Amino acid sequence: MKLIFEKSVPGRRAVRNAGAGGEADANVPLPGSLLRSRPAELPELSELDVVRHFTALSRRNFGIDSGFYPLGSCTMKYNPKATEAVAACPGFADLHPLIPQLPGGEMMVQGALAVLKEMDRLLSEICGMAAFTMQPLAGAHGELTGAMIIAAYHERRGNEKTTILIPDSAHGTNPASAAIAGYDVKSVASDADGVMDLAALRAATDDGVAGMMLTCPNTLGLFNSRIRQIADLIHSVDGLMYYDGANLNPLLGRCRPGDMGFDIVHLNLHKTFATPHGGGGPGAGPVGVVERLVDFLPTSIVRERGDGSYYLDYDRPRSIGYVAPFYGNFAIVLRAYAYILMLGREGLLRVSDNAVLNANYVLAKLRGHYELPYDRICMHECVFSASRQAERSVRALNVAKALIDRGIHPMTVYFPLTVPEAMMIEPTETESMETLDAFIAAMIEIARQAREAPEEVTACPKTTPVAQLDETLAARKPDLASLAETEA
Amino acid sequence: MPFIANTDEQRRQMLAAIGVADVEELFADIPPELRCGPLDVEPGLGEQEVRAKLAALAEHNATGLVGFLGGGFYDHFIPAALDAIVSRSEFYTAYTPYQPEISQGTLQAIYEYQSAICRLTDMEVANASLYDGGTAVYEAIMMALRITGRSKVVVDETVSPIYRKMVRSYTSNLGIALVETAPSNGLPDRSAIAEHVGDDTAAVIVQNPNFFGCIDDVTDLAELVHERGGLLIASCYPISLGLLKTPGRMGADIVVGEGQSLGMPLSFGGPYLGFMATRRKYVRKMPGRIAGRTVDSQGREGFVLTLQAREQHIRRAKATSNICTNQGLCALRALVYMSLLGKGGLVELARICAAKADYLQKRLLAVGGVTMRFPRRWYFNEFVVNLPITADKVIRGLFNRSLAAGFPLGRYFPEMGNCLLVAVTEKRTKEEMDFLAHTLEVIL
Repeated sequence: MKLIFEKSVPGRRAVRNAGAGGEADANVPLPGSLLRSRPAELPELSELDVVRHFTALSRRNFGIDSGFYPLGSCTMKYNPKATEAVAACPGFADLHPLIPQLPGGEMMVQGALAVLKEMDRLLSEICGMAAFTMQPLAGAHGELTGAMIIAAYHERRGNEKTTILIPDSAHGTNPASAAIAGYDVKSVASDADGVMDLAALRAATDDGVAGMMLTCPNTLGLFNSRIRQIADLIHSVDGLMYYDGANLNPLLGRCRPGDMGFDIVHLNLHKTFATPHGGGGPGAGPVGVVERLVDFLPTSIVRERGDGSYYLDYDRPRSIGYVAPFYGNFAIVLRAYAYILMLGREGLLRVSDNAVLNANYVLAKLRGHYELPYDRICMHECVFSASRQAERSVRALNVAKALIDRGIHPMTVYFPLTVPEAMMIEPTETESMETLDAFIAAMIEIARQAREAPEEVTACPKTTPVAQLDETLAARKPDLASLAETEA
Repeated sequence: MPFIANTDEQRRQMLAAIGVADVEELFADIPPELRCGPLDVEPGLGEQEVRAKLAALAEHNATGLVGFLGGGFYDHFIPAALDAIVSRSEFYTAYTPYQPEISQGTLQAIYEYQSAICRLTDMEVANASLYDGGTAVYEAIMMALRITGRSKVVVDETVSPIYRKMVRSYTSNLGIALVETAPSNGLPDRSAIAEHVGDDTAAVIVQNPNFFGCIDDVTDLAELVHERGGLLIASCYPISLGLLKTPGRMGADIVVGEGQSLGMPLSFGGPYLGFMATRRKYVRKMPGRIAGRTVDSQGREGFVLTLQAREQHIRRAKATSNICTNQGLCALRALVYMSLLGKGGLVELARICAAKADYLQKRLLAVGGVTMRFPRRWYFNEFVVNLPITADKVIRGLFNRSLAAGFPLGRYFPEMGNCLLVAVTEKRTKEEMDFLAHTLEVIL
C-alpha cells in the first residue's frame, strides 16, 4: 500500500486552524535566523484522504475485536467499551497535569486524585500490598521502578548487594530492567517440573543477592507450590522478592503476591485489567510494595486528609524520586478502575476461574496432537511444543502462520526459551467454549496437515496482504524512514 | 456475567473434558495456606452505574478553567477525525506487531510516524516512540553514554525541571557525573557549558524552546560539543517546528521530545508520547522498537519490526534498553494529527500560536508592574513575566475568575517566586486573553 506521503497533492488541506488568515496569523514577530528554511514535508491531503488511508491500514490489522488472540503471556482479553467512554469524559481528558502543582490547585482535581487513591486501595487489596504508585508507564517501566526501589532499600540498610536472581524461564524485560538499574543478573535453572530448581537456587543465593524477580505462575503457566520456601530463602540474605505481575490473571481473588512472600509487585493494567494494548502501548505498570518499602515509592503519592480531601505528597526524602513526569498514564489507570468497579469482588473471582478453565480445556483437547513438555494442570496458559511437527519441517512459526489463514491470531511462539519450538497459548476468560473449539479444531487440522501434507502448512499464510517478509534484508539494509527528497 | 461467555452448561462440559469434577481442582497447586479469603472489594456495578459514578468524579475536577498553563504540556485542539480513526479497534485492540502479515496496519503506521518525525526534526532515523518526553531524555543520555563510552553529561537548567528530576532518579545508581549549568538571561550560558565540556563528556542536553519559552539557535553548542567528541541532545516541542529552525539543522545528534501536543489529550499526565530521532550512524545504539520497510517472498513491499538484536527479548541483560513496546496508539495519534494538519497546516498553526503569544505578551506588559523576566529574548508560544507580587497570589486570585493563569516558577526555581510562565495555544481566543489581562490588572 502506498505511503501517506506518496498520496500527497500540493496545495490540498484538511484542517482549517482557528483564527487562520486573521490578523494574528499575519503577525509573527520572530527573526528569520531562528526560523526553519522550509516547511516540514508532511503530506498534503483532504480529511477524506486521511480517513481512507488509515481505514485501509486498519483493515490490514488484527485486534481482539477481529478474532481470537491467544497470545501467551500477553493476556489479550476483551477490552470493554465502557472504559473507553469513561476515559473520554472531558472532566478527565482535558485536565492539565500541572493544576495540582498550583497553589490551591489540588482542590480542582479532587475527582482525579480520588481515582488514583481508589486504585491504590483496590490494587493493594488485590495484591496484598501496603501501597501502590500509579507512576510507572508500562510493565517494563514498573520493573525498572521496582529494581530502583530494591537499590534504595539496600542503600538505606547499608547492604553491599550486586546481583539479582532471575529464573531461566523469565521474560526478557526482567534481566534488562535489573541490568539497567545497575545490577548483575544471575539466571536460575528450572527443574524437571518446569518450576524453579530449589537446589540451583540455594547454590546461587549468597549475601550479594539483592533480590529475585519472578513471575508466578511462571511463563509455562505453572504455579510453584514452593514459592514460600523461595521467598524465605531470599529473605534470609535480606534480599527482596519482586513479583512480575504479567501472569496475575489466574490468581485474582484467590491468592495474593503479598501472601506468597513478595515485597514488590508490578501489574500490567493492559493485561490483567483489560485496558487496550493499543498496537503496542500505551500500557501502565503500577508498582505495589509492602509496608517497610512504602517510603521508597516514587514521588508524588496521593494521600487523604482527615476531612476526606486528597493531596499529593512531595515531601518524601527516602523516595527514589520521579519515574514519570506526573501521576502515571492516568487515562489507562482510569480505564482499569472502571473495569474493576464493573467486576467487583465476585467478578474478579470469575476472571481467574474462567481463565484457568479455558486454558486447561485447550490443554486437554490438544494433548496428543502436539508435544506437551509439562503435562500437568496449568493456570492461565499452556505451553505446547511443535517438536514432533518440526521433524516434518513444520515448525512453531509455520503453525502460527497456518492459524492466520484460519482467521486466528497466533499464540506466542519460541517463548519461553526453555521449551524448544514453544507454542504458548493463553485463551483468557473472555473467550467462549465455541471460540476455543474452533481454535482446537484448527490446531488439530494443522497437526494432521503437518503429518500428511507438510508443504500445505509451510506455504502459509496465503490469505494476507503480504506473505512472509524478508527480515534479514530489513536488518541488513535498514530502510527506516521515507525522507523528503531534498533531505534524503 | 459481565465479560464472561461460558454458560454453566458449557463449564460442565469443559470440566468433563479436562477430567475434573470441580474448577477448584484446577487450583490444586496453590497451597491452602496461600489462599486469601474474600477480598475487601465492593460488589460489581453495571455499566450505567459505573459511568454515572465516574462522571460524578469527573465533575469534581475543575473543567471550566481557561488555561494558560503549559510547561511542556499544551492544550491544542484535536480534530474529530483523529478520534474517529484511532478508535478503530483493529488498531487499539491489537498488540505489538509480532506477526507482520496481519499487522501491516500498525507497522506501516509506525514507519510513517518515524518518517514524519524525521521530516519534522530534519533527522535521518526515528524509533517507534518511547513512554514520554522525560524518559526520552533519559534514554537519550544512556544512548550517548553507549556511543561515546564516556560517563559525564551536562544538562542545562533551561531543560524542564521535571525532566531533570526524572534523569536524577534514573541515574543516581549508575556512577554517572551529572552536571547542571546555570543559564544566562533565560538561555544556556555558553561559557558555563564550555567550562564543563571535556574529553569525558558524553553529551550536552538542551531544550528548544526551553522551559522558560525562550528560543535559541544552538548550532554553536553543537560545534563545541562535537569538537570535544561528545554529542548534542536536543529536546523540542513538535508544534514549534512548524516554524522554528530544526534541531537537525543546528547539528543535534539525538533529538527527543514530548509528543503530547501532537493530538494527545492532556488526561492529567498521560498517556503521552516520547519521540526520538538520530543520525543514521547511531541507529544500532538507539533504544526502542523500530519499523523497517522490506519485501515479501513475492517481491511486494511490506513492513517489519527490525534491528531487534538491540532489544531485551533477544539480548536480555545486554539490551540497549528494557523497553518492551512503544506507545503504539499515541504514535498513531501523532501521525494522524500530522497528516490532518499537513505541510501547510502545521506552519499555519505554529504561526497562530506565536502570534497569539505575542498579542498576549503585549496585553500583559501593558498592566502596571508587569515586565518580561528575560528581556531581549525571543519566544514561541510561552514566556515568563515578572509580577509585582508573588505568582502564587496571582494564581489564587485568578482561580476565582476561572482562569489558570500560568505556572508559578517559584515551585522549581525558588528565586523566581514572582515569575509566571504563561502559555498560549490556538484554543485561546482574543476575548480570553483580554480577560486574563483585564483580571490581572484588577487584582494587582
